[in-house]
Amino acid sequence: MSLHNSSHSVGLVTPQVALFDEPLALACGRSLASYELVYETYGELNDDRSNAVLICHALSGHHHAAGYHSEQDKRPGWWNECIGPGKAIDTNRFYVVSLNNLGGCHGSTGPSTINPQTGKPWGPLFPPLRVRDWVNSQARLADLLGIECWAAIVGGSLGGMQAMRWALEYPQRVKHCLVIASAQKLSAQNIAFNEIARQAIVSDSKFAEGYYLDNNEIPDKGLALARMVGHITYLSDDAMASKFGRDLRSGTLEVGTDDSVEFQVESYLRYQGSRFSDSFDANTYILMTRALDYFDLAREYNHDPVAAFREATCSFLVVSFSSDWRFSPQRSQELVDALIAADRPVSYAEIESNDGHDAFLLPIPRYLEVISAYMTRVEEKR
Amino acid sequence: MRPDLSHIERWITPGSRVLDLACGNGEFLQFLQDERQVRGMGLEIDQNNITAGIARGLSIVEQDLDQGLSNFPNQSFDMVVMAHALQAVHFPDRILDEMVRIGRECVVTFPNFGHWRCRLHLGTRGRMPVSSFMPHGWYNTPNIHFCTVRDFEILCREKGIRIVARDMVGDSQRSSLMATSWPNLFAMTAIYRIAAKQ
Repeated sequence: MSLHNSSHSVGLVTPQVALFDEPLALACGRSLASYELVYETYGELNDDRSNAVLICHALSGHHHAAGYHSEQDKRPGWWNECIGPGKAIDTNRFYVVSLNNLGGCHGSTGPSTINPQTGKPWGPLFPPLRVRDWVNSQARLADLLGIECWAAIVGGSLGGMQAMRWALEYPQRVKHCLVIASAQKLSAQNIAFNEIARQAIVSDSKFAEGYYLDNNEIPDKGLALARMVGHITYLSDDAMASKFGRDLRSGTLEVGTDDSVEFQVESYLRYQGSRFSDSFDANTYILMTRALDYFDLAREYNHDPVAAFREATCSFLVVSFSSDWRFSPQRSQELVDALIAADRPVSYAEIESNDGHDAFLLPIPRYLEVISAYMTRVEEKR
Repeated sequence: MRPDLSHIERWITPGSRVLDLACGNGEFLQFLQDERQVRGMGLEIDQNNITAGIARGLSIVEQDLDQGLSNFPNQSFDMVVMAHALQAVHFPDRILDEMVRIGRECVVTFPNFGHWRCRLHLGTRGRMPVSSFMPHGWYNTPNIHFCTVRDFEILCREKGIRIVARDMVGDSQRSSLMATSWPNLFAMTAIYRIAAKQ
């Protein structure tokens, strides 16, 4: 039996595409006449349609969260450690839905897909999106799948923001909200890092003000640089020290030599950057980082997160990671404090980890135990 | 369940909002939720306890009592319970202030260090008492702020904290009767129901 069909994996999965041709009004004031969302599902929807779990992806994520696309596939979906039979999000018990968000670049309608009005890629003309637009489009996907109420909505980082927005916008459609390594809004420092990433992209001459696809080019240097900056902020100082230290990949620093020297960390970052620029769209990166920057949970609640959470009727699990400085435990504690003050049921765990923000994607035993424990109650109280 | 916990139960109003400080694995909160339909929340720092409490379907927040409770609004809970943790916190006096600020009523339980066996142990052997009830050595005990019944009541008086009721538990039924009459000498566990001064 191949590894891809093992009892601990959802096995081979095939993405599906849903077409929506009712116009979607967007937060920016424009609307999308029609759009497609690509998604995957794992597990079976039960008879009373009460066991559905929505996975909201983060900045560079997509619909392929678990399993494999083919026997030759080397890597499983991005959250394969957490989703599967007998895993923390148990596909024997739950029907898991994972989509590529609108504006993405993995199959859903976005800047790199064709604008039906022009016959050319949308490029920079694709409307800017906010988290609430994703939530509204996800709600339509739920309608299509016959899911009136999610047993749980789960998201890390930017995904956590979507989960929270769901809880406020569609309180009657969410029973449990799992908010992992997220925040009610980005700090100035966080926005600053995103702006460096965007500037790296737009300064690449091949970016051509976003019309690069018309020239059959991609701003790969800029996108790689954007990813390198981002990547550093997703790791911790300690994680980088233990992964690379000051190890050299080539050359020597001995006195009397004039070799060209390359640190391991330099080579690693360059590799990450170039791999990313091969698979991700620059306009999508700009769109997604902007959505992150614009998100402010309590903006229309007089900037009071307590008032915002009073709109919610679901229970919450909030999780943070000790070495995450991009979405630090303090940001999660602010959410917990507001939820307590709003008298919402909330559990909170700060997971000890050296891996910075990236920890939310890693199979840290205590992390998966907490998710698993919480999901047990989701099943009982769904 | 520990005897101090079954004593507390009757003080909990059905349907009230209860905060349990150092809630352990959530056994007591679950009991209150099942028997008294409370809306409960527990604070805990032990990782396994937190997971166990979450698995029970409780609201468990990872929070260190020694870092304070300033994130809880005034009078936001009907009852704040702290069972057998007073002696383990860094600032018992500040915790008491915080409890009566957050809770309309509070319950505190602690082992009474004035119990005659402690006194006998210290008096005859000249060493810190170790028993099955308090099994740690002086150097590795989590219990860093032992007090007696009298100590506690004096602290409450100094702070203007109102003692609404108290309950004293001995190690047997007979000694519990003695404990009611001479708590500082015969109470193993002291249970206080307290509130801010009106």
